[in-house]
Amino acid sequence: MSLVFAGVCSHAPGITGRAGRADPAVRDAFYAKLDEMRQRLEAAKPDALIVVAAEHFANFFMNNMPAYCMGMAEQYEGPIEDEEWLAIRRTEVPGNKDLSRRLIQAMLGEIDLAYAEEWKFDHGIMVPLHFLTPRYDLPVIPVNVNCQGPPLTPLARAYQFGRVLRKACDAQPERIALIGTGGISHWPATPDSGTINEEWDREFLRRFLANDREAMTSYTDAETFRDAGQGGFEIRTFIAVAGATEGATGELLFYAPIPIFAVGCTVATMNVQ
Amino acid sequence: MSLYYVQKLLYQLNRDPAVRRRFEQDRDALLDEYVLTDEERRAIEEGDIGLLYVMGVNGQILMHYSALLGQSWDEYIAAMREGVKKHGPVREGLYTLLRDRNL
Repeated sequence: MSLVFAGVCSHAPGITGRAGRADPAVRDAFYAKLDEMRQRLEAAKPDALIVVAAEHFANFFMNNMPAYCMGMAEQYEGPIEDEEWLAIRRTEVPGNKDLSRRLIQAMLGEIDLAYAEEWKFDHGIMVPLHFLTPRYDLPVIPVNVNCQGPPLTPLARAYQFGRVLRKACDAQPERIALIGTGGISHWPATPDSGTINEEWDREFLRRFLANDREAMTSYTDAETFRDAGQGGFEIRTFIAVAGATEGATGELLFYAPIPIFAVGCTVATMNVQ
Repeated sequence: MSLYYVQKLLYQLNRDPAVRRRFEQDRDALLDEYVLTDEERRAIEEGDIGLLYVMGVNGQILMHYSALLGQSWDEYIAAMREGVKKHGPVREGLYTLLRDRNL
């Protein structure tokens, strides 16, 4: 079939773990839009969901850090974090090993993609799944783009990765959904946690939603670090989704800085064609 | 400094219950397997989040470790701030570039 759904959302652990400390009106509006994204995802009737995430040292470390890796397991589990801290129960999440294998084989023609038959999800995947597939009944295929441990893959390569991922999806009989999750500007896990550069976020989102490849891949890492923090490196996940939906534009469902969640909370879909 | 091994140990503690059990029951033998300075070893033994942050441990690793230690969010943020106050700015890694920010 093809790609039947594409979108992006935030994944910060505070979204679930510190839910009680946010302004209820803003938080509930954000949750409502995540639920709208879930409904759109379900309406697309996907057979599998690819999650392009920026994991946080749950599986990959600097002893052997892949720039891009796709999961190829029958089953995954998460979260690795303390369940009370994240307010998400540990659970098993189904995969689709056969589909993973076909996608990876197809992509290896153009990209040196790593694969992993073991994968534990951290908040970076569990928070989106908590809202988008709350029954954990849709097979998930995780993808990691290293956004934590520099040297990092260039932004233009992240876009190209998305293009190659799309081509591989289009060659499969399954109906495939895709979400990217990361960023946008934030300084997570530092004393600056809670700082959000709304102006930078809105400009990045403008470039992303217009699918303006050149503009969205023009940031240097030094600029991103200066203006959007080390968490800003995670724009690679959004850029990969843009690459997978090249030619299409997006729709912003929600954006609002929620400092106690440590991120500008974002929900958007891309018009898959 | 052997920041790499400090981070490697914390990474493994965060994700692997078997390593956590060894940390509880056979700590010296576990720590002997990593290349650690005395200061690093002490910071790990004492769960000194502030000093580990100043040493340059990646925040994502440290945040998960703080959760593992049972710290609340506010305690965790305060511990990093206290660490900078007590030990000076971050010494190594990505966050050295945050030095000029007004913490």
